[in-house]
Amino acid sequence: MAPVVGVLALQGAFREHARMFRKLRADVREVRLPAQLDGLDGLAIPGGESTTMGKLLEEFGLCEPLSRFATRRPVFATCAGLIVLAQSVVGRSRQPLLKMLDVEVERNGFGRQVHSFESPVELQPPLGLQGELFPGVFIRAPRIFPLGTRARVVAGLNGEPVGVLQGNLLATSFHPELSGDLRLHAFFLDHMVCGEGNIDRQTEVDAVTSSMTR
Amino acid sequence: MKETGTLRVKSGLAEMLKGGVIMDVTTAEQATIAEEAGACAVMALERVPADIRAQGGVARMADPKKIREIQEAVSIPVMAKVRIGHFVEAQILQALEVDYIDESEVLTPADEAHHVNKWGFTVPFVCGARDLGEALRRISEGAAMMRTKGEAGSGNVVEAVRHMRRVQDEIRRLASMDPTELFAVAKELGAPHELVAWVAENAALPVVNFAAGGIATPADAALMMQLGADGVFVGSGIFKSEDPASRARAIVRATTHYQSPEILAEVSLGLGEAMPGLEIHTLKERLQERGC
Repeated sequence: MAPVVGVLALQGAFREHARMFRKLRADVREVRLPAQLDGLDGLAIPGGESTTMGKLLEEFGLCEPLSRFATRRPVFATCAGLIVLAQSVVGRSRQPLLKMLDVEVERNGFGRQVHSFESPVELQPPLGLQGELFPGVFIRAPRIFPLGTRARVVAGLNGEPVGVLQGNLLATSFHPELSGDLRLHAFFLDHMVCGEGNIDRQTEVDAVTSSMTR
Repeated sequence: MKETGTLRVKSGLAEMLKGGVIMDVTTAEQATIAEEAGACAVMALERVPADIRAQGGVARMADPKKIREIQEAVSIPVMAKVRIGHFVEAQILQALEVDYIDESEVLTPADEAHHVNKWGFTVPFVCGARDLGEALRRISEGAAMMRTKGEAGSGNVVEAVRHMRRVQDEIRRLASMDPTELFAVAKELGAPHELVAWVAENAALPVVNFAAGGIATPADAALMMQLGADGVFVGSGIFKSEDPASRARAIVRATTHYQSPEILAEVSLGLGEAMPGLEIHTLKERLQERGC
């Protein structure tokens, strides 16, 4: 049974995430309204403009359903997606935050577009081997400041955190969906969506398997 | 180790803008209204196209002071326009750290033969096109994002529709061709063979393509999205309408939910008067004919 992965499709690079998941043989659905979260095994929140996404989340009543989803099911958030999940934002902000991930973020923390860059990032277990390199694409990227110890740093750039894992939430300030490298999407599918971390899906799979053996 | 200004980073920002609405603004106050409505970026300019058309005269890059004020007012990307071929206006905008430069036919062209060599810049460029050949010429000059030209300031979507359909038709035609035929097609389109071959193989443009020029209502935005646009620019359509804040918000919602007629109906309710529209055949000057 192929895992069913949703991609939040309010605005931004949602097609790129969908393409990566399809290459990995997942069943992909676009999510624009609350009801479309039903039946998903996991969700990606893509890069885009976090203020735009925030407004649309609010206007179409997605904040509460999404928070509920993220307490039980795996979520992979990149760039703007990371901001949406964050606990707080540095400076003034009128956008709604889901406050699921124990980090503070600084929007455009690496500067405006002329400072956007590509650079290898260093992965850390369990996302990769210690020091394993991954092509990082940073576009007006946010900076991450972990609050406490629940959000574990799993990707770094010159000693600075650029990727965190907290329970069933994986978030990066860079864009693996633009890199052409499938490793992080594969990690999300294999270890988070289909892995033991996804209690709901395990229960469903067990139920289906036991009904089939019967 | 850090590489800036790469094609991936330039076209990557355009990918992040997809499914969004980029709004023309002339003041910090308008920029705040646009951001509050959910715009994914704003375009800073001195006068909106409808006013440029009505008032005439030479239209130039916006005052750097205005651009600074707009940059300080919002946290979303700020774009700004330069005249076709005016690479010094582009150097100035790069020094101001605008996030995207629109080399635009809406302003008075500075060079009738040459566009800006966009490869020499760290800041990415968006350009307008009416057909595939024009789009590929701009991409060969280094454009990292495209948009239809449409007919700016007209409040009439017919030209944007024509340009979007033409580009899509030509892509479909290329995709069905024998590779041997692509050399002659490249000559016919006036575009590099390498890009023509890429389009034929991938059945797509190598960069994001937005709709622009004449979009005035939520229905116009959704029409362009259903025709295959990656997102929309709205120029005069918002701040020349009766109730800019409500219209801006409605166009943002319509661009996300372009496939849902029920939501489109709901967001289109009670927006007041749209901007006045112009019949294309009555226009003295067609901005789209500048810089091919």
